[in-house]
Amino acid sequence: MLSVRNISKDLTPFAIKDVSFEVSNSQYFVLLGRTGVGKSVLLETIAGLARPDAGRIFLDGKDITNEKMQKRKIALVFQNSTLFPHMTVYDNIAYPLRCRENNGQLSQRQIRQRVNELAEDFAVGHLLAAKPQTLSGGESQRVSLARAVASEPRCLLLDEPLSSLDTKSRSQMRALLRKINAQNRMQIVHVTHDYTEAVSLATHVAVMEAGTIAQVGNVEQIFQHPKSEFVARFVGIRNFFKGRLQEPRDHGTDTRWFSSGSLSLSVLTDSPGGPGFVCVRSEDVTISNTAGKTSARNNFEGTIAEIIPAGFGVEVIVDIGVEIAAMVSPESAKMLELSCGKKAWVSFKASAVKYIEE
Amino acid sequence: MQDTKYQIRNTRYEPLSLAFAALGGLVLLFIVAPLASLFVNCSVPELAETAKDVGVRSSIWLTLWTSMAATMLFALAAIPFAYLLARKDFPLKGLVMAIIDLPIVIPHSAAGIALLGIVSKNGALGKTAAKMGFSFIGTPAGIMTAMAFVSIPYLLNSARDGFLAVPVRLEKAALSLGASPLRVFLTVSVPLAWRSILSGSILMWARGMSEFGAVLIIAYHPMITPVLIYERLGAFGLKYTRPTAVLFIVVCLVFLVVLRLLAGGKNNAQR
Repeated sequence: MLSVRNISKDLTPFAIKDVSFEVSNSQYFVLLGRTGVGKSVLLETIAGLARPDAGRIFLDGKDITNEKMQKRKIALVFQNSTLFPHMTVYDNIAYPLRCRENNGQLSQRQIRQRVNELAEDFAVGHLLAAKPQTLSGGESQRVSLARAVASEPRCLLLDEPLSSLDTKSRSQMRALLRKINAQNRMQIVHVTHDYTEAVSLATHVAVMEAGTIAQVGNVEQIFQHPKSEFVARFVGIRNFFKGRLQEPRDHGTDTRWFSSGSLSLSVLTDSPGGPGFVCVRSEDVTISNTAGKTSARNNFEGTIAEIIPAGFGVEVIVDIGVEIAAMVSPESAKMLELSCGKKAWVSFKASAVKYIEE
Repeated sequence: MQDTKYQIRNTRYEPLSLAFAALGGLVLLFIVAPLASLFVNCSVPELAETAKDVGVRSSIWLTLWTSMAATMLFALAAIPFAYLLARKDFPLKGLVMAIIDLPIVIPHSAAGIALLGIVSKNGALGKTAAKMGFSFIGTPAGIMTAMAFVSIPYLLNSARDGFLAVPVRLEKAALSLGASPLRVFLTVSVPLAWRSILSGSILMWARGMSEFGAVLIIAYHPMITPVLIYERLGAFGLKYTRPTAVLFIVVCLVFLVVLRLLAGGKNNAQR
């Protein structure tokens, strides 16, 4: 268990203020926030690259705040490759294995065996003799991960590990990260500015705002029940469903069905079918009193469950079997005479539904 | 730094380029002409005769090995120091950097006199050496000290530049993988800065080998080749001394070229 308690660090022009959170064993913890809110510095503080001005960090009950970086059993993977350019992929992965001092040195044979296992797990077996500068972005990120896992950390810290990758490598990496998390029962702290990464990977999410943590919770709590307006605006999606994308029935169309329990949505995507999530921003949902002809592919009848004034508009929650949130202007709410318990139609376009594969 | 992608290759000959090339030609001529006259005025039989001269041979050998040993010995301290200069900020760092460059600016005869004060029998280092049973004055140890004094800035500066070019995050990554700071230094920092360290070492060695003034004051004997050339010029004149100079230059050039080739063969790791 990683426990971060009241960490503060002043890094003019910004600062981390009194940040606390806990990551228990085998959790996948995503720190979500805009660029420049101090996420990376927080990670570096946990890894030991930076000293906090105040606060303490515990790993498995042991205070590691002043522990040397090489003794922390915390590995850090950066956004851009930190593979050693003068070593082959093999030597890069073997590097932490050769550094082992206190828990038994490994023989050459043991090192070779372990490197080969890791290379296979991370699909880089064919690259072992290559030099890092010849690898693609996805390949070098996989080697970086293999190298980090080779150091057998208790906790793996990832700083924007997917941002510099193309779509295909990204989904490959996501699958790998999920596997590492499940197989090695390793706590992972993943820093990103992209909420889709949080949706598809996280078991728990912390949203950071200006050096503090605005909200911590599991994915549903954060996305469906944002505590503050900042969180709501930042994650920007109140409508968030887990389910399965169907294969297209006929070719030549990119409109697919996504089913989540009793709900079935029309989604515009070119992703292959499979398990995943869909998100619809509440701003993209319209409300009407009658079912009219519209270009929106998704139209549902339901009952208004709640009307919440929300800063710059009115949030209307409509129960259509599941709850759908719609953001409407106060004028529209008045014109439609919306009130709790009243029947209403919600509609949104298939192109407003964002699909995120698992 | 070595990015050729952004170099503009200009194949047309503009007037300005031609003018610059003419100036360059003058500078080259200035360097080449005296050396060429040295070679032209020296016959093969004379050279062969000089090569057989035991005095010349032993002095060339002495010059080569003392300059190399001085470089290697002082590199052991200079390389870690260069790393420190590249990575850490400390009070009076500017002063330290200025001190490092001092040997380049002070006249080498003055450097020799300054060193003499320390290594002579009354100097601090000289006294310690005497207790241990050796002396700097008139010995290879003295020659090496004088050579190192005037040439160590070249290694320090080049190695520091090399370390500065090693990305800090690679070292941090190595630390987070469980490597000790010493291990990171030896397996990441030094290999990545290797080319600069090597070229700095070659410069230091070449500079040490060609040193005259400081060595002359500390150790006239045993005679290194630059001192030998000076002595023969005074005693026997230009014609008699020329073959010795030519021979020494040829040997130096051969070593320099070979070392440069060796250093160039191992490319700096790309970053």
